Formats: sequence, C-alpha cells, structure tokens
Amino acid sequence: MSTATDYLLHLADNALVLGQRNAEWCGHGPILEEDIALSNVSLDLIGQARLLYQLVASLQGGDATEDKLAYFRDTGEFRNYTLLELPHSGPLSGYAHASLDYGTTIVRNFLYSALMALLWEALEKSANADLAAIASKSLKEVRYHLRHSRDWLVRLGDGTDESHARTQAALDHLMPYTQEFWTGSPAEAAAFAAGIGVDLQTLKADWDGIVDGALTEATLKRPLLEGYVSEGKKGLHSEHLGFLLAEMQSLARAHPNGNW
Amino acid sequence: MTTSIEETWAALADLADPEIPVISLRDLGILRDVRAGAEGLEVVITPTYSGCPAMSQIEDDIRSTLKNKGISARVVTQLAPAWTTDWMTESGKEKLRAYGIAPPHQTPAAHNVVRFISRPAKAEAVPCPHCGSSNTVVSSQFGSTACKALYKCQDCQEPFDYFKPY
Repeated sequence: MSTATDYLLHLADNALVLGQRNAEWCGHGPILEEDIALSNVSLDLIGQARLLYQLVASLQGGDATEDKLAYFRDTGEFRNYTLLELPHSGPLSGYAHASLDYGTTIVRNFLYSALMALLWEALEKSANADLAAIASKSLKEVRYHLRHSRDWLVRLGDGTDESHARTQAALDHLMPYTQEFWTGSPAEAAAFAAGIGVDLQTLKADWDGIVDGALTEATLKRPLLEGYVSEGKKGLHSEHLGFLLAEMQSLARAHPNGNW
Repeated sequence: MTTSIEETWAALADLADPEIPVISLRDLGILRDVRAGAEGLEVVITPTYSGCPAMSQIEDDIRSTLKNKGISARVVTQLAPAWTTDWMTESGKEKLRAYGIAPPHQTPAAHNVVRFISRPAKAEAVPCPHCGSSNTVVSSQFGSTACKALYKCQDCQEPFDYFKPY
C-alpha cells in the first residue's frame, strides 16, 4: 500500500541523487564559473531533499530523521528516477579519457529541470500544505537551474562540431530515460488520488514545448523514444546507484552516531 | 519581568547577515515576525535558498543575541509563504548597492515562470553598482553564493555581484 511518504521519498531521492551527482564536478568544472554554478545547483537540490526528508521523518515519527533516510537506506529503497543516478560519462566521452562529460551533465540537468519547473508549480496546489510550501521554494530555485542548463544546451549544441556531436550523443543516450517521467508508479497514483501529487500526464505537453523549443535553438535532433523504460522510482535501479550511495553514505555509516 | 515584542524586535534590529554583513536580517526579509506563542515569545524566520549554508549560522546568531540580551524566545522556522527578494527593504537595497552588489529586481509574476526561463538573460538590464551604467553582461548565473549572479560592467570594466530576484 503506497502512502504519502512513498511519494515524498521519490521527490526527495530525486533531489538528493542528482545533487550528489552534480557535486562530483566540485573542483573539476570546465571553467571556474561552471564549477561554482554546479556546486550552487547541488546545494539547492540537497537543500530541497533535506526539507522533504524532514517532512517524511515528521510523518513517520518515532526515531526517523533526515540523516537516517539519506544515509541508512539501501539501493532498493531509493525511489529516484534512473536518469539521475547515471554517471556523467556519455557514449562519446569513452571510459579511457573522460569520466566527466559536460554535455551529459547539461542535458540531464536540462531534461530534469524542465520537468521540475512544471511539477513544482503544480505541487504548489498540493493538499499537503508542507509539500506545497516546499514546492513554492523549489520552484524559484529550479527556474535558475533550467535557465542555466538551457543556456549551456544551446551553447554546446549550436557550438563547435565536437560540442554538437557530444551533446547530441548525450541527448540520444539520456532521452529514453525520460520515458520514466510519463510511466506511472503506485506511489504517484496514490499521491494523486489523495490530492497530494499530480497527474504527470497533464504536464507532458508543456514539457515537450520547453524541450522542443530549446533543442531547435540548440540545433539538436530529438531522438525517438523506444525500448526499455527504466523503473528507478519503483526501486529498480541501474548498477550505478550502488556506487553513488557507497561514496555518499560511507562516512555516516562508519561513524553512525557521529556529530559534526 | 517579561520581555515585550518591541524589545525583542529592537534587540534583533541590527543583527547582520553572516554572509553579507552590510545588511541586516530584517532588511533581507529573513526575520519575519516576533509573536507571543503558547510557550512564550517566538522569533519567526524564513529560509532563503533551500541549500543556503548560512541559515543555521543565522539561527545560531539570533539565539546567541537573544541570550546575551537576556531575552527568552524560541526561534521558529516558517516555510510558507516562501521568502522572496521582494521583501527586501529599500534601505537594504541601498546598502547592497553601496557595498558593490546590484540589488534584485522585482520578481516576475508567478504565471510567467516558464516564459521567464526562456527569455534571454540580456533582456534584464542590471545597472552596475559602481558606475551606474546599464551596459552590463552576465558572466555566470551563479556567483559566490546561490543568491547571487556574476556580472561584468562593459563601461567601467568592473566585475560585480547581482543579488538575483527570488
């Protein structure tokens, strides 16, 4: 039986996992400004995750805390979209010379921010007043994330032959994972029925509009969607999430009652 | 003797933001209210950006200021309505400008959010806080803190921070 907390965990895990991924650029950005920008985006995302985990912890009661939710759940308990846990390496970046491909990072941030700009706006009307308050804050933040990633999408797509090819490859690689946005889950259905969540299908036309407008400007071609539909939000993840969580959770697990 | 709401406001009036110390928490719109709660006085603050690392410092600063002045009050964090730069006082904006940070424009109306995203950044003229010229360009959407963007003035050639509308 899905409850409100399952849906809130889905939203929180999305923010935390992408925040952790983007934070991998800290100290490795292609230019100083972008290093700082992605660290700021990560701080926003981790801040959003904290607010949502605090809300879940208060609903669960007992000894639940935001840290327990973030650091002491395992892969199968995370409810984020698979898209957000994938590494920053696109198909053209190759394992040998680049584990961090900026085109992949930008395309992912753009596809997710375009969704969240619409979803947070819709969630401002959530029957859960706490979620509505978090949505109002997060909407202001995602607006800047979307503007940032859209600017760079256009710059890279409509840039050099090399940047165009790598951004198109990243788009071809990542776009199929967005099918998960539009394929329902029990948690989303239950949240929608309770007035807490949103019917994602009602956002699809606007999302397509944002994506198509940006891709046209970026001279990129929208790939056809076909094949496997990922199910990270149901707890079925790629092999990459385990490594991400291991890095993120190891310190808290090594010192379970640590305080700093 | 119980402390009045006015005394608590007065005690916190000059408490500065830890990150931008020229502006007070009240000028920034973070300090929302002082009210009588069920268990005594409550100081209501509202967080800025979800990930702003200064928020816990701000809470600590308020607690220690109240303690030093012998005022007993609880600090309550309130999310709704969400903090907006529209709450910044005019004197606060003037202090930012004098410090070299361009103050925020009015935030766009909520129903314009999606259109606002795709509007080119150059549509927003941000006057240089040093020379006043509007001939400025954005060099990064994110500056040294989440609440600021980096700009450069094309006339006086000075880089500067812009406190983004939120």
